[in-house]
Amino acid sequence: MTWYAFIGALEQGFVYGIMVLGVYLTFRVLDFPDLTVDGSLPLGASVSAVAITNGVNPFVSLALAALAGFGAGMVTALLNTKLKILHLLASILTMIALYSINIRIMDGPNVSLLGVDTILDPVMASGLPGYLAAPIMYAVIALGITLAIIWFLHTELGQALMATGDNAQMITSQGVNTHTIIILGVGLSNALVAFSGALVAQNQGASDVNMGVGTIIAGLASVIVGETLFGKDGIARACLAALFGSVLYRLAIALALGVKLGRFSFTPSDLNLITALLVVMALVAPKIKARLQAR
Amino acid sequence: MIELKAFTKYFHKGSVNEVLALEQVDFAIERGDFITIIGSNGAGKSTLLNCLAGTCNPDGGELLLDKKDIAHWPEYRRAKFISRVFQDPLLGTCGSLSIEQNMALALRRTRRRGLAIGVKAADRATFRQVLKKLGLGLENRLRDRVGLLSGGQRQALTMLMATLVRPEILLLDEHTAALDPKTARQILALTETIVGEQQLTTLMVTHNMNHALKYGNRLIMLHRGQIIFDIQGEEKTSLKKEDLIARFYDLKREELASDRMLLG
Repeated sequence: MTWYAFIGALEQGFVYGIMVLGVYLTFRVLDFPDLTVDGSLPLGASVSAVAITNGVNPFVSLALAALAGFGAGMVTALLNTKLKILHLLASILTMIALYSINIRIMDGPNVSLLGVDTILDPVMASGLPGYLAAPIMYAVIALGITLAIIWFLHTELGQALMATGDNAQMITSQGVNTHTIIILGVGLSNALVAFSGALVAQNQGASDVNMGVGTIIAGLASVIVGETLFGKDGIARACLAALFGSVLYRLAIALALGVKLGRFSFTPSDLNLITALLVVMALVAPKIKARLQAR
Repeated sequence: MIELKAFTKYFHKGSVNEVLALEQVDFAIERGDFITIIGSNGAGKSTLLNCLAGTCNPDGGELLLDKKDIAHWPEYRRAKFISRVFQDPLLGTCGSLSIEQNMALALRRTRRRGLAIGVKAADRATFRQVLKKLGLGLENRLRDRVGLLSGGQRQALTMLMATLVRPEILLLDEHTAALDPKTARQILALTETIVGEQQLTTLMVTHNMNHALKYGNRLIMLHRGQIIFDIQGEEKTSLKKEDLIARFYDLKREELASDRMLLG
């Protein structure tokens, strides 16, 4: 792997790490398999890109993206809780609907961000070389958000969120409306995913309606890689594991793309296959480990 | 304090499998009552408790709490004044959260939840003090995951959590049925202590006639969705197991007789 590829993987690991935290919140904490993310990632990208090209401050555009993501998550949660549609199906419906909405927002399938201000400009202006500025900036943002999520999960509301995913009957008997909590949790998760999407768009210089394809699998793969390598006991450990799972996942992808066996080499279109294998490996590894230790 | 008026509940209403689970039940619970509820399977015991707690809504009648009709309030709203302990020891606690986190969740049963930290340092002393009374050593394991505890320990913790903030009404749905006899006795003793200390209005469903006779000041027997037996005070104290069994057999005979008439 080249130095350039390594830096690029770090950058992506942190940027997508925020999305992975969102996936962690729904899949692991709330026990709500949420496929909305495949639509809310490009939603965040679209909102941010359109806002920036219309002269909005790039940082403010991130907030707008998160807000839009929260709305998308709320729609899924409302379909599930109030209209009693199965969570998986509810999220697929929102995801499909977002495809049309994203094209409406961008007034086309994509928006270019070349030559406009992004959140990296202030850091670049400080004189830091570009190849360092991006990973540092994204690492700081991702770590800040991870700490915020760790704090939130320790609050009264956060604890109610964790209890809702663990034992809905128990937390209902303790006076909590689980519908409200699910709406809040899925909303928050998609706000993170959309925020991540906005950063991706600013990082790669464009927003594209198809950039969200496979988000959920990449997110899940990262969560599982993180859990397998760093453990999942305790809120802080689990959240940091999700973030660094994302970094390792992107590094693994970069590594795989750099492999050359004679005339054979992987192409980006092989990523889905690699990811699927990675998830299977990560899922099976603990079982094999347990069996070896039992001997 | 709580009054059921012509309270009716069907299951599978309008289908061929329609079951009348509670039929025109009229029933008043006085403040401070400790009522034991017995009845054969399908008599409507659990349905009665579920309808009080709000897990199911009635098809007719009223449920009055201090003259207010709460028959259609959602469960989480009734939790402000009703606490429950389930038969399944796993239902009352969160296995993936620690003992102190579970107790902190219970401590806010009647209050709004915000962005204050969940387990406050000041509350830990309270938790330790309450847990110490159990004599299970849990006061030294505040940060252990509840999933590591045994069924009996979890049920004891659930009892504590249900009464950490004093409820107006405590509902116990065969809460010792899934435990071994020794643990069941301990949980019942704990129940008696807490109910006595806090002067709780309590409804306890049980399959055990001895328990039904030993505990509480009032006993009701349900049969096919109706209260067929309701005694309290002196009369209950002097009631013997044989009387209850005789009553049960009377019912069985009536059932057999009606079956025979149908078949004959």
